[in-house]
Amino acid sequence: MKNPLDSLWGTVIAGVVLTGVLYVFANNFLIGG
Amino acid sequence: MGIFRWVHFMAGVMWIGLLYYFNFVQVAALKAAAADGTAVGISKHVAPRALLFFRWSAVVTWLAGAALLGPRFVPAFTLQPETAFIGIGAWLGTIMIFNVWVLIWPNQKKILGMVSATDDEKNKARRVAFLASRTNTMLSIPMLFFMGAGVHGF
Repeated sequence: MKNPLDSLWGTVIAGVVLTGVLYVFANNFLIGG
Repeated sequence: MGIFRWVHFMAGVMWIGLLYYFNFVQVAALKAAAADGTAVGISKHVAPRALLFFRWSAVVTWLAGAALLGPRFVPAFTLQPETAFIGIGAWLGTIMIFNVWVLIWPNQKKILGMVSATDDEKNKARRVAFLASRTNTMLSIPMLFFMGAGVHGF
């Protein structure tokens, strides 16, 4: 599989996805847990 | 606290601004410049200056951020519920400054000829510095979200 960080769009999309994952994690396990 | 916030913002704008310059502008510009033999202008005159302000603005940003956290420093870094969002932002920023000083800068010194390196070492350094820089660009997206959300809510 190609590394998403090799493309700018892949980098930006990976960053947005990571934001969502961390947001759900924080709300469920750090704040609401 | 106001002075630390001001310094944190100014240095942060410089750090992330230069990070985006490297990723959105310089990488593609160097590729095009290498094709017509003008890359030396960028790697000799632009990149070293950009890297100087890049790595030191990262230090100022982190120190001003730590000062701004003050007594919330430990609760933030231990991800306590009341400081969880700013804590995630602080951790992401800390990973990013580690990448700057441990992965990007030592490898850029090899690439730009500031320290001696074989062609093989330079190629390896180019890949490590590139991926560390792209990783920081990726991490800057949630970092800015959690920094903003930690203070202003979402």
